[in-house]
Amino acid sequence: MIEQLLHQPWPWYVTGPLVGLVAVGLLVIGNRDFGVSSNLRHLCAAFAPGRVAYFQYDWRRSGLWNLVFIGGVVAGGFVGGVLLANPRPVAITPAAQASLAMLGIRDFSGLVPRELFNWHVLLTLRGFLMIVGGGFLIGFGTAYGGGCTSGHGITGLADLQLPSLIAVISFFAAGAAASVFLLPLLVPR
Amino acid sequence: MTSQQRGPLLGAYFGMGVFFGIVLTKGELVSWFRIEEALRFTGLYLYLVFASALAVAAPGFALLKRRRVRSFAGEPIAIPPKVMGRGVRYVAGGALFGLGWGIVGACPGPLFALVGAGVGVMVAVCLAAVAGTWTYGYLRPRLPH
Repeated sequence: MIEQLLHQPWPWYVTGPLVGLVAVGLLVIGNRDFGVSSNLRHLCAAFAPGRVAYFQYDWRRSGLWNLVFIGGVVAGGFVGGVLLANPRPVAITPAAQASLAMLGIRDFSGLVPRELFNWHVLLTLRGFLMIVGGGFLIGFGTAYGGGCTSGHGITGLADLQLPSLIAVISFFAAGAAASVFLLPLLVPR
Repeated sequence: MTSQQRGPLLGAYFGMGVFFGIVLTKGELVSWFRIEEALRFTGLYLYLVFASALAVAAPGFALLKRRRVRSFAGEPIAIPPKVMGRGVRYVAGGALFGLGWGIVGACPGPLFALVGAGVGVMVAVCLAAVAGTWTYGYLRPRLPH
């Protein structure tokens, strides 16, 4: 009974407020701003700063806490995604299912479609563009835009900052366009 | 901050990370299906999560600032404002990030959580993202902001 309960997915009204609490908690612990994409910059500064001015700063002082935080996120992903994994497919709406079926998705189990995200796909042109091209855009865009769904979408919006609202509108619009127009070109078939 | 305070604080950040990772996975925010559902406007789940997260974080931030609360580390809590400038970076950077987000179906937090959840190929997405950030750093002096 309890075992079953632990494996169930959480509804939005539990998930959302807890995400909000993480942002508040990081401020209370050490006046740190919730924002995951800064870590991509810290990783560059730590491992390959080169002579690029953008990476010449004391990443231990400003970013070690955040790298430790995402280390925790990886561990938490194991707890929530493996130990407490939901055995059933994610309950998306019938409309979403129909829309994704038109893309060619047949297997709706797991956290990501297995037919799209595996090492073999990386060896195909479409798969390479999706995984490496998509990842590159995420890293380039979040650095250029100064934040992602957490830094702008939660921290910036919760602090009523206009630049964050502009970024959020922009990435939602582009995300929708990519899902509708680009994804069909990149899904392996 | 003394070194004595630093150890326990790093532990607290790790703990918050574990908590966030569990919220991301159990709340299905790492699910490709949930993200694409939202980006194709075929479901409300992601929008309700954002709205309820902001319903907690916005009053929380306002209260911390108004009461001039100090953090456990002892500093007064302050959220630095983002510099607007010409605003080009928020439109262009946001759009490029959005394209990647729509293609991969995961944003940076979930990317790391998915690695922990055993989706190995997400390591390749993370490495490509680091390369993207490095390229931005290299081109930064030549880009409009």
